[in-house]
Amino acid sequence: MSFKSNNKVVQWVEDRLPVISVMHHAIYDYPMPKNLNYLWNFGSLAGFALVTMIATGIFLAMQYTPHVDMAFNSVERIMRDVNSGWLIRYIHMNMASFFFIAVYIHMFRGLYYGSYKAPRELLWQLGVVIFLLMMATAFMGYVLPWGQMSFWGATVITNLFSAFPIVGESIVSWLWGGFSVDNPTLNRFFALHYLLPFIIVAVVALHLVALHTVGSNNPLGIDSKGPQDSLVMQPYYTIKDLFGIGVFLLAFSVFLFWAPNYMGHPDNYIPANPLSTPAHIVPEWYFLPFYAILRAIPDKLGGVLAMFGAIAVLFVLPWLDRSSIRSCKFRPVARIFFWIFVINGLALGYLGGQPAEGIFVIASRIATAYYFFHFLVMLPVILPMIERPRELPSSIHEAVTKS
Amino acid sequence: MADGANPESSAQESGETRREFLYLTAGAMTVVGAAGALWPMIDSMNPSADVLALSSTEVDLTPIEAGQSVTITWRGKPVFIRRRSVAEIETAESTPLEDLPDPQTDGDRVEKPEWLILVGVCTHLGCVPLGQKTGEKRGDYGGWFCPCHGSHYDTSGRIRKGPAPTNLEVPPYVFLTDNSIKIG
Repeated sequence: MSFKSNNKVVQWVEDRLPVISVMHHAIYDYPMPKNLNYLWNFGSLAGFALVTMIATGIFLAMQYTPHVDMAFNSVERIMRDVNSGWLIRYIHMNMASFFFIAVYIHMFRGLYYGSYKAPRELLWQLGVVIFLLMMATAFMGYVLPWGQMSFWGATVITNLFSAFPIVGESIVSWLWGGFSVDNPTLNRFFALHYLLPFIIVAVVALHLVALHTVGSNNPLGIDSKGPQDSLVMQPYYTIKDLFGIGVFLLAFSVFLFWAPNYMGHPDNYIPANPLSTPAHIVPEWYFLPFYAILRAIPDKLGGVLAMFGAIAVLFVLPWLDRSSIRSCKFRPVARIFFWIFVINGLALGYLGGQPAEGIFVIASRIATAYYFFHFLVMLPVILPMIERPRELPSSIHEAVTKS
Repeated sequence: MADGANPESSAQESGETRREFLYLTAGAMTVVGAAGALWPMIDSMNPSADVLALSSTEVDLTPIEAGQSVTITWRGKPVFIRRRSVAEIETAESTPLEDLPDPQTDGDRVEKPEWLILVGVCTHLGCVPLGQKTGEKRGDYGGWFCPCHGSHYDTSGRIRKGPAPTNLEVPPYVFLTDNSIKIG
């Protein structure tokens, strides 16, 4: 790195700690493929959401009391008495959902354009780790207000671990610190909910190091061959990312100011009652597809394994998809099945929110079977047999200037 | 290498194995030490002494009429006490074992047939089944019904239909007198 500065202080720091050159490279002269579309905004949007969550979370933690007798009221106090408390909490609540929206689009972008393929396998896997950590963090955060959904969501999810033979019961009682979800559980969830976001930041840093090592994928899925295929980060993509954040915040503000509880559940404004289960327990919307998979299997351990398997399969995806073509632009059959997979995913999300009876159970089973069929049969076995990919352009520059 | 043919190389070889052995034993001790240091932290998350101390509850059964149910709290969990009617006892006792996903006779689940005492937590994912209050859905077998994922329990608290793997748990309890019990 041949970074030189005219500023003596900057150069003095740089000679002892090369942090400025690293930042400079990441924000200024980092070369990006010049054909990125708006789907490439969602990584920076997810990063923005993470920073917002940590910033608002720190101030919420200053007002919150992690005790079963006081937690619910301390959250109500934040909403009513703390200066701007309602705003900070509503930002935290709604940005959690928007964080998942950004990350889900980011993941589907990766699926469509084959961003998980060599040499980006570790980049993709680090992303799956971030996704898992996000789910754990979001789940524990939802428990903190100690409403009915907090309590029963915590009960149902921690009970998943009781499905494991022999050690299951001990694991659950270890997770709870007692014989049911109670004060020790709330305390440790608060501690972990504060800790995990910083671990996410660390994994995001690794994600970015891996990204800067192998470079961004692009809509054509072919490698950059030189400067004629690239644009530098500043000002082209910094401005594009900032513009994206502006649009993202517009959509976010609609929910924040006009429907702040739309994505929540009214039962969570009832204080937790360990003796009465709400008639219909549903997790937050971003867990619904996995919840549908859990309920689709008529066996307790089987359901739990299927749910964890639905994420584990993403981890090995780079080796399941055997096509050497990355982008679905040049994969006429894979593209169709990608959209079927998206619709199937949305269907699972819908089914996860419905009661587990009648037609919904059957539909959940079909959708669950298709989810695994896509990864375990369609990608590795059927597509290589039936698909003839289109011809790839010889370079990004050629493809961009021709059209 | 042939035995003793090249003393220098064999010395080197044995040096390497000795070093490897030292690495291995030192590495193993480090792992044991780290695990030992980690254990108190992991164990601190297990139920503490004060939580364990709250582990028994006494209940007076006198005010409960036949056919009536009450719910009390034991270790933070609901415990169902149902004074069963003669018809309920009969159905529970006459159910053939082959109809049960988790076979257990009614006699194994009660001290006195009149009093059915259960932990009121669904063995699927821990919801509290309905059926304690009059007018609540009791499921297809007249016992309890879990609204979360649709498990049906019979008048002995045994699983009959739905995703729950086992019968409702019977807590340890003793009759102190004819009309009072101690749970835990």
